[in-house]
Amino acid sequence: MTNLNKKELNCQEVVELVTDYLEQALLPEMRALFEAHVAGCPGCTTYIEQVQQTIMMLRKLAEEPAFPETKQDLLEIFRNWKQG
Amino acid sequence: MSKGMHQPDGPPDIITVQQNVTSSHDAGIAASTDDLRMVEALRSGNEAAFVSLVDRYHAAMLRLAIMFVTSQAVAEEVVQEAWIGVLQGLNRFEGRSSLKTWIFRILTNCAKTRARREGRSVPFSSLSEFSIDHPEPAVDPARFRGPDQEWPGHWISFPHNWNEIPEERILSQETRACIQVAINALPPGQREVITLRDIEGWSSDETCNLLGVSEANQRVLLHRARSRVRRALEKYFEEE
Repeated sequence: MTNLNKKELNCQEVVELVTDYLEQALLPEMRALFEAHVAGCPGCTTYIEQVQQTIMMLRKLAEEPAFPETKQDLLEIFRNWKQG
Repeated sequence: MSKGMHQPDGPPDIITVQQNVTSSHDAGIAASTDDLRMVEALRSGNEAAFVSLVDRYHAAMLRLAIMFVTSQAVAEEVVQEAWIGVLQGLNRFEGRSSLKTWIFRILTNCAKTRARREGRSVPFSSLSEFSIDHPEPAVDPARFRGPDQEWPGHWISFPHNWNEIPEERILSQETRACIQVAINALPPGQREVITLRDIEGWSSDETCNLLGVSEANQRVLLHRARSRVRRALEKYFEEE
């Protein structure tokens, strides 16, 4: 775990805190250190953008076409259940 | 990050993010009024209600089921079994969990049963790969300056900006395939968490609830999974 008593973070530490940061799980002191580092570091700014872009691309995987045949099968199941 | 990349239900933007650390573990877990209304409609045999539920969850159920079983065809059978289970269990639904969680719990039970019958190890919540003792760096340590150098732990060279990659490439089938390969290669716990959180867009509460993991463990799994997928994308984008 990163030492809370430190005055500043380096890039290698920042990349390990990105998820906790995005999940809003950092303690306020650590959050301040994180933001102070990122504000002055183009490399870490780009890295965080890449992580956010990765998440955006992952979300795109959920866009799948409908399943017309399956839906018909499921409707049959529903009708049978209703009668049963 | 360019405006076009921003999604309203995605992670908070680094600049606009607000302090919000407290969140009850049970928040948003009980059934909503909409859930209860839906269950009532299903009980009364309303087909349109059933169709809308299928539209909402079927694809996600398939994506989750495929993690347990050997083929797409078996996954489809598992999801169908789950829907039958949902209908048969409707009268027992008490609204203590959300309808979504309840449906996905039925799904994972069906999937686990099938996986066992197929002689497959059951990945769900078997977080054996989860170990604090085996830290897995998000980024190759060789990308950072060594402890004896000036500016130890800082980037040797910055990561490349992806904003310059054309959107067609970002959204291409090839990019999707690259992500899919990276996800398939993840250890099961990481794969489950990233699928629910980032592909399906579930909240951390919902994810922890379904998988039976703590928030902290879930975050570690998510961190490792996202880091690996980002690394795969970086390699892929830089190969050209």
